[in-house]
Amino acid sequence: MPDAHEVLFRTLADPTRRSLFERLCRDGEQTVGALTIHAGVSQPAVSKHLGVLKQAGLVRDRHEGRQTHYSAQLGALAPMIDWTSRMAGFWEGRFDDLEDLLTRMDQ
Amino acid sequence: MTDAATETRTVVVERDIGHPPEKLWRALTQPHLMAEWLMKNDFAPVVGHRFNLRGEWGGVLDCEVLDIEPGKRLAYTWNFAHDDPAFSLQSVVTFTLTPTDRGTHLRMEQSGFRPTQKQAFGGAHAGWKQFFENLEQVLGGLD
Repeated sequence: MPDAHEVLFRTLADPTRRSLFERLCRDGEQTVGALTIHAGVSQPAVSKHLGVLKQAGLVRDRHEGRQTHYSAQLGALAPMIDWTSRMAGFWEGRFDDLEDLLTRMDQ
Repeated sequence: MTDAATETRTVVVERDIGHPPEKLWRALTQPHLMAEWLMKNDFAPVVGHRFNLRGEWGGVLDCEVLDIEPGKRLAYTWNFAHDDPAFSLQSVVTFTLTPTDRGTHLRMEQSGFRPTQKQAFGGAHAGWKQFFENLEQVLGGLD
């Protein structure tokens, strides 16, 4: 089974897919039609790219009538986010526990 | 923050704590207290002492005490070896305590780098860097 990072990198290495994903991150949920307007490629090509993004867990689709809406799944990127973001969150959580502990030490 | 020359990165987390530095110092340096807010450990307040921090997720950090000034400053290495280079980390954590009217200002600075980070990103499309910067902004806004 391919490494999760490799899948993410490979999926986002394609400029068209990356720009589709960026648009979903920036503007929220979109239909295939709306994405096609800006994509510079045909609707079937956009659908194919969205399928690859979906397989990588980067987007989710939602069917409503005849339309399919896509939205970005930012959680899928967690492994790629710079460690500083992860660590800042980690330390904030630790400091919460530290303050709890200090209060208990009073008693 | 990024230092282009050395490719180190730093994260700083600060908090005003309503307890005096002496008490905070105990929580930062006594193993049974550290275990309650940080991780299980075999820390000892001695420069050069090597110890491990063991996370609940099963991860083990390799640490070495670098600097101790009781009640004021504590620094140790915070290294994490992982087969997946994106998760491995070599860094230094420094706690600085400053007395305030209400207690203590606690500052945690962690700086370090991933040795393979450049390799992982090198040769990639020029748009990657901007992409990740954008992404960090987006995700930073979610927390």
